[in-house]
Amino acid sequence: MSSKTYKPGSYPDLPPPAGTVGVYGWIKMNLFSSISNSLLTILSFVLLYYLIDGIIGWFFLDAVFDADSKIECRKINDGACWAVITRRVGQFVYGFYPDAERWRIDISFLTMFIAFAPLLYPDLPKRKWLLWFSGIYPIMAFILINGGILGLSKIEYNLFGGFMLTVILGVSGIVCSLPIGILLALGRQSKLTVVRTLSVCFIEFMRGVPLITLLFVASSMLNYFMPPGTNFSILVRVIIMFTFFSAAYIAEVIRGGIQAIPKGQYEAADALGMNYWQKTRFITLPQALKISIPGIVNTFIGLYKDTTLVVVIGLLDPLGIGRAALADTKWNGLSTETYLFVALFFFVSCFAMSRYSLWLENKLNTDNK
Amino acid sequence: MKTKILLAAATAGVMFAGSVLASTLDDVRARGKLNCIINTGLVGFAAPDDKGKWQGFDVDFCRAVAAATLGDADKVNYTTATGKTRFTKLAAGEGEILSRNTTWTFSRDVDLSQTFIGVNYYDGQGFMVPKALGVKSAKELDGASVCIQTGTTTELNLAEYFAGNGMKYNPVPIETNAEAQELYKAGRCDVYTTDASGLFATLYSFDNKADHMVLPEVVSKEPLGPVVRHGDDQWADIVSWVLRAMMAGEEKGITSKNVKELAAKDNKDKEINRLLGKDPLQGLSKLGLSPDWAVNVISQVGNYAETFEKHLYPLTIQRGMNALYKDGGLHYIPPIK
Repeated sequence: MSSKTYKPGSYPDLPPPAGTVGVYGWIKMNLFSSISNSLLTILSFVLLYYLIDGIIGWFFLDAVFDADSKIECRKINDGACWAVITRRVGQFVYGFYPDAERWRIDISFLTMFIAFAPLLYPDLPKRKWLLWFSGIYPIMAFILINGGILGLSKIEYNLFGGFMLTVILGVSGIVCSLPIGILLALGRQSKLTVVRTLSVCFIEFMRGVPLITLLFVASSMLNYFMPPGTNFSILVRVIIMFTFFSAAYIAEVIRGGIQAIPKGQYEAADALGMNYWQKTRFITLPQALKISIPGIVNTFIGLYKDTTLVVVIGLLDPLGIGRAALADTKWNGLSTETYLFVALFFFVSCFAMSRYSLWLENKLNTDNK
Repeated sequence: MKTKILLAAATAGVMFAGSVLASTLDDVRARGKLNCIINTGLVGFAAPDDKGKWQGFDVDFCRAVAAATLGDADKVNYTTATGKTRFTKLAAGEGEILSRNTTWTFSRDVDLSQTFIGVNYYDGQGFMVPKALGVKSAKELDGASVCIQTGTTTELNLAEYFAGNGMKYNPVPIETNAEAQELYKAGRCDVYTTDASGLFATLYSFDNKADHMVLPEVVSKEPLGPVVRHGDDQWADIVSWVLRAMMAGEEKGITSKNVKELAAKDNKDKEINRLLGKDPLQGLSKLGLSPDWAVNVISQVGNYAETFEKHLYPLTIQRGMNALYKDGGLHYIPPIK
C-alpha cells in the first residue's frame, strides 16, 4: 500500500489518528483530556447519579399512584403521593362540571382542533370547507358547554373549573384579541384624529393598568353597572377583560411590525394606485404580521399563563382546583405534587404554542432581509 | 372628579339593586337553589372532596339553610370567593349567604352594610413556630419574620399586637394558607400566624408534627359567622335561626339519627316539640318556613356538634370556646318559644 505512488495533489486523505474520532475519541478529548478534567468528570457523574436517582425515585420508583389519603400514601412509600392527582384528575380537567355532561366538554375540545386546523395550517386539503366549520365552531362550543337550549341542560358557570376553564379563558382571549389588536394597531397609525386618539387612549389605558386590577373590576365593579336582574356571567366579564388586555399588547406588537416595513413598500403600493384597504390587505398586514409572529405568540403565551390570576377573584382554574384539593383534610400538605402537575400542564400547552410559532416563522420565511 | 362620579354610580347601583330585589326567600324558592359564597379552600371549613362535592364546616351551614328553606340540603350552588372578593360578591347579589369563616367586626357589620347573623365558630389568632426556634411565648418573637395572609383581620391584629408589646417583625405577605405552609416549611419565615383553627389544620398536614408547636397566646377575638346583606330582615332571621336550630339540636340531644323519631312522638320537653314542628311555634309563618324546617336541617345536615365532629375533630381541633354554655363554652342560644 505504501509503495503506491500518486500524482502530486491526488494523494487521498489519510484517516485521522486513532483515538481522536468516534465515541472513544470524543470522550477522551472532551471528558478526560487532563487529570483535573478527569476528576471533574467523575465527580459530575457521581453527582448526576445521585440527583437523577433521587428525582426518579421520588417521581416514579418510590411514588404512590393510588391511595385514599396522604396518610395512606406515606404508609405505602415515601416518594411523591400522586394519588392526589389520580383521584382528582376529573376535577383538574373539568372542574365541577357534572359527570354525566362531561362528554360535552370532550366534544368541544376535540372539535376545537378541527376548527383550528384550517386557520393554523394553510396547506390543508379541503381547507375552504373546514373554514366554514371554524366559523360556526364558537357558537357550537358555546351552546355545548353552556347548555340551556336544544335539550342540553344549563350548566352554571360556578361549576366551571380546571384545565377546561384555562382553555376557555385562554382560547377565547387569544382568538378575540388578535383581530381587535390588529384594528387597534391600524387605528393608532391612522390619519383620522378621532380614530387615532381613541386607539391610543385604549392601548395606553389597558397597558397602564395591571391585569389583576382589571380582574377585580370584572369581578366586583361591573356588576354594579349592570341593570339589576341581569345575570352577566363572571366568565364572560373575565374573558372580556383578558381580551382587551392582550389586544392592547398585540396592537403594540403589530405596530412594531408595521413600522418595520420599508417605506418603499408603501410608496410602491401608492404607485400602483391601491387605496387604503387594498394597501393594508395586500402590502402592510401580510408583511407586518409575519414580522410580528414571535411577539404575538409571546403575548399569547403570556395571556395563557395569566389566566391563573383568576384565582384571586375566586375562580377555580387548575391552580385553584389544586389549592382546593390541598384544603381537603385527606390531601392537605401535598403542594409539591399538585403544583408540579399544574406546571406540567402549562408547560405542555405553552411549549406547543411556541413550537408552532417557530414552524410558522420558518414556513413564511422568504429571506428578504 | 372621575372617581367621584364612579363612586356615585356604584352607590346608586347598589341601592337600586337593593330596592328592586323581592324577598330573598322568594328569590331562592323561585330559583330552587340557594347561592352560597364559600372559601376557595380551607381545611375543615370548605374543600371539595374527590367527587367534587364541597365539604366542610362552613359548607354544612349552607346546606342547613338550603334544607330549611328548600327542604333539600343538596340544592346549593357554591360560589367561591377569596378574602378580597367575598364582600363585593355578597353585595353584588352573587349569593344569599356568605359562609366563609368571616370575622365579625364593627366596620364590616356597619360600614359594609351587611348583617352578621351570629357566630358559628369562635376563633382567635395564634402563632406557630418550629420548636428549634426555642421560643415559648409570643412575647419573645421580637424581630421575627412572620408569614401573614393579606386582606384579612389577622394582618391588622399582628401589627397591633407587636406594636402594643414594643416589638418589631418582618412581614412575609402571602395569598393563601397553602402558600403559607410551604413558605413556613421552607423556613422563609420564623412564625406562621393565622386563626388557631388554621394553625391546627396546618400542623395536622405536616409530616413532622412534633417539630412544631402552637404558642399559648391567642392575640385576637375572631368570632366567625355567616353574613347576609342588609335590608331583608326575614332572610336574616331565617339564617340566624337555622344556626340556632342546629345548636338547639345539640343542647336538646336531637341528632340526625333520632330526629325523625323525636319529631313523631310527643316529647316531655315542649321546646323539642316546638322546634320539630309538633307543637305550633308562634311566628314561624312570618319566616315563611314549613313546620318541619328544623327536622330537615338536623336530619340532613346534623346538629352543631355533629358537623363540628365531622369536619373539625379530624384536625384535632377541640370544642373549647365552641362548646355550648352548659359545657363551658360560649354558645348560648335564645329559647325557642
